[in-house]
Amino acid sequence: MAQIIWDGLFVGSFYALIALGYSMVYGIIKLLNFAHGDLYMVGAFIGYTILTSLGGWATSMGLFALIIVMMLSMVLTGSIGVLVERLAYRPLRGAPRLAVLITAVGASFALEYGVAAIASPNPRGFPIRLDGDIMMVLGARVTFPQIILMVIAGLLMFGLDRYIRKTSTGRAMRSISLDMKGSLLMGVNVNAVISRTFFIGSALAGAAGVMAGAYYGKIDFLMGFIIGLKAFTAAVIGGIGNVRGAMLGGLVLGLVEAFGSELVGGQWRDAFAFGVLILFLTLRPTGILGERVTERV
Amino acid sequence: MSAVLEVKNLQIAFGGVKAVDGLTFTANAREIIAVIGPNGAGKTSAFNCITGFYTPTGGEVTLNGVDITGKRPADIAHAGVSRTFQNLRLFHDMTVLDNVRAGMHLYGGQNFVDAIFHTPRFKRSEAMYTEEAHHWLDFVGFTGERGVPIKNLSYGQQKQVEIARALARKAELLLLDEPAAGLNHNEKKSLLELCRRIRDLGTAIVLIEHDMGLVMEVSERIVVMNFGKEIAEGTPAEVKANPAVIEAYLGKDDDEEVPADGNA
Amino acid sequence: MTMEYKTSSIVTNRPPTKRKMFGDLMARIFENKYIGWVALAIALLAPFVSASSYSLNVMTTALIFVVLGAGLNIVVGYCGLLDLGYIAFLAVGAYTAGILSKMFELPVLFTLPAVLVMTILAGLIIGAPTLRLRSDYLAIVTLGFGEITRITAQNLTITGGPQGIYNIPSFLIIGDFDFQEPVIFYYLTVLIVAGLVLAAARLGKSRLGRAWKFVKEDEDAAEAMGIHTYKVKLLAYIFGAVWGGFGGMLFASHLTAISPPSFLFLQSALVLMAVVLGGMGNMKGVVVGALIISLLPEFLRDFAEYRYLLFGVLLIVVMVFRPQGLWPPRGSESERKQAKLDADALQNGIPR
Repeated sequence: MAQIIWDGLFVGSFYALIALGYSMVYGIIKLLNFAHGDLYMVGAFIGYTILTSLGGWATSMGLFALIIVMMLSMVLTGSIGVLVERLAYRPLRGAPRLAVLITAVGASFALEYGVAAIASPNPRGFPIRLDGDIMMVLGARVTFPQIILMVIAGLLMFGLDRYIRKTSTGRAMRSISLDMKGSLLMGVNVNAVISRTFFIGSALAGAAGVMAGAYYGKIDFLMGFIIGLKAFTAAVIGGIGNVRGAMLGGLVLGLVEAFGSELVGGQWRDAFAFGVLILFLTLRPTGILGERVTERV
Repeated sequence: MSAVLEVKNLQIAFGGVKAVDGLTFTANAREIIAVIGPNGAGKTSAFNCITGFYTPTGGEVTLNGVDITGKRPADIAHAGVSRTFQNLRLFHDMTVLDNVRAGMHLYGGQNFVDAIFHTPRFKRSEAMYTEEAHHWLDFVGFTGERGVPIKNLSYGQQKQVEIARALARKAELLLLDEPAAGLNHNEKKSLLELCRRIRDLGTAIVLIEHDMGLVMEVSERIVVMNFGKEIAEGTPAEVKANPAVIEAYLGKDDDEEVPADGNA
Repeated sequence: MTMEYKTSSIVTNRPPTKRKMFGDLMARIFENKYIGWVALAIALLAPFVSASSYSLNVMTTALIFVVLGAGLNIVVGYCGLLDLGYIAFLAVGAYTAGILSKMFELPVLFTLPAVLVMTILAGLIIGAPTLRLRSDYLAIVTLGFGEITRITAQNLTITGGPQGIYNIPSFLIIGDFDFQEPVIFYYLTVLIVAGLVLAAARLGKSRLGRAWKFVKEDEDAAEAMGIHTYKVKLLAYIFGAVWGGFGGMLFASHLTAISPPSFLFLQSALVLMAVVLGGMGNMKGVVVGALIISLLPEFLRDFAEYRYLLFGVLLIVVMVFRPQGLWPPRGSESERKQAKLDADALQNGIPR
């Protein structure tokens, strides 16, 4: 039982990190960035590329190297996220929603198959594997790497929360999400803030990607697809547009999935997650903490 | 004269704000009623309640004796209500004729089998649609091109099409939300005559309008709203002289008009 | 003798540029009402150009893809519902046809009633909870359903698990005549697909089709005119599902074996691309778009790695620069009646 809870929380923290990007972007420009999950994948591949080019020296440094690489990857992934926004979303600001969504699908495709074309469609092994001693905590098998990764995720999320609440950019983000035109009139540089939002969201996804690569050991160009959908589910559960909701939703989804897998078997895991999504959207679209999702006058 | 529309003590609140607070009035067949009032008096909110876009928090709306309070807009349209919108909600990428056909959706006598196999019933139905569409466009005096998308037309022409679409519903009650907004003098004259033609068909017309000149000329009765309820009701002459009305408007001239994008 | 243009008349006498002429030519070809017959003729004559089993295979598959494009065009193009899990309907149709025809040793055609029932059910199950949602959520939820369908197919024994269903019987056998012969099946597919595309196009031009478009443009105005938007959306969904089911039947008998990897999100996205490329709501364009998306990879074998990247970029480019699709925009309705009225008025001396 404790094992399930622990595993759920662990996976949930990945979901949370990625869900954050979804929620932030949605909150600010009311767009579901379909390509977001793929930025997680891009982050993993960037981490992979940096590590393999640095060679054996890096891998021997283990966790330390990983953290450095993770930060580098965050910056690069964040930039790619900004690029996507500039090329695919900004030209369509004000266009009907259908158009932007379709563009997002295109962006997702381009990222996925772009990486496949550059790095080959075959899965790659991540150069650094995090192995650790297994400790028994309350009947659950807990490894040191798991703890480290959750701590890192937690720190990132905490940092983001502070950023949104305390800095002027964070305030700008919140004001734009409430009223874009009004913010513009008040002198907020909306374009810059939106770019920054994409940067942060993508960077967080990239961080999760690197950590996932190190933990699970294998990366492939489609890994972002399912994760993206799950992160979206997490964001909805917590209440889309709500940053703390995304964190909560991620953990909740992780737990629900873990329990669900126990019940119906691992091969149904993903279907189970989608089932939860559909249930939430049908019965409680506002999520646990968040906003309305159905259309009405 | 039979009461087509009866509104009794209609109420709707948004959060703590009572947009409509106990509105009561009736509209009869073959009658033109204007609902006027200062900005924010609750006129469009009342319209939205009557047509089902808002669900009233209190009160009752009946159409020909049937309770339509809080029903879906489509059901209310079914029951015999048709409307135009303050900010012109036409189907912009579709042709003029198609827009008018929208009003005719509820009668037509074709199903998808007819459509797929182009049965004689389908062809008759489509011919009927086209003819009726032309008929209503003629009725409102539309002289523009009919086979082009709406976005190609001038504002005045678009307003005409929206009325034609609403008329195509053949409803007993027609609600016009600021039909004169943005029209020039000649267009307003045509609108005036059009309203009378519509009334002669037997329809009950309720219109929200800010152009006092038009209101005074076209209406048989006027309902004055302020703060969500009616503060006066009567013939144009009665309402003009009513001190409560004068006070509400603080001496507003009947020449004063609100520009096309003004709010009710 | 030299030609001289007077400067004052240069603008008016300037010959039309090549590009504009080409555009007009394309528009006229496209809008021509016989273009459908021409396309049909081309399809019927194609095997005379190349009847190798490879090319017949490719062409048949392309035609099945056209059916999918037509079906998704109803959902996305006419009604504006972004369905990212459309391939689920292909799966439902294909598996129903495959399982039942194998189980009861029937030609696939005879499973039609069951396929209809299952796809309509699928349309209802997927549509009912999701159609009230806003378009972004609708998109992701339909994607979720698409994935659930695939995962279900992968995990159930009745669907053959990861191996899927194989040895699916022929589409139709009459006496000794097997309609699954490549050439015969190709022609059969041409006829069925042409019929389905025509039916979908006719639906688009009917009262229901107009209702779909009204709902797509402005739901509230449509409601105000008495259109039950929810019901109309559900109908769009169901029709889309049924078209997908038809495609599934053809797919199952054509491949004689179906398995979960045929129903990845990738396939849903490709159908979407066909619809976007062709111009959402423009059935003729969608047919061309579907043919391009399904045939282009055959011609670009060398660039196979980059093909999907190209498609993704193409999707972005089309939406940013030409959202109405690559083909000439829809024309307006004919002005016949107006011209007649004018003529009448002129005759009777009434000023218009």
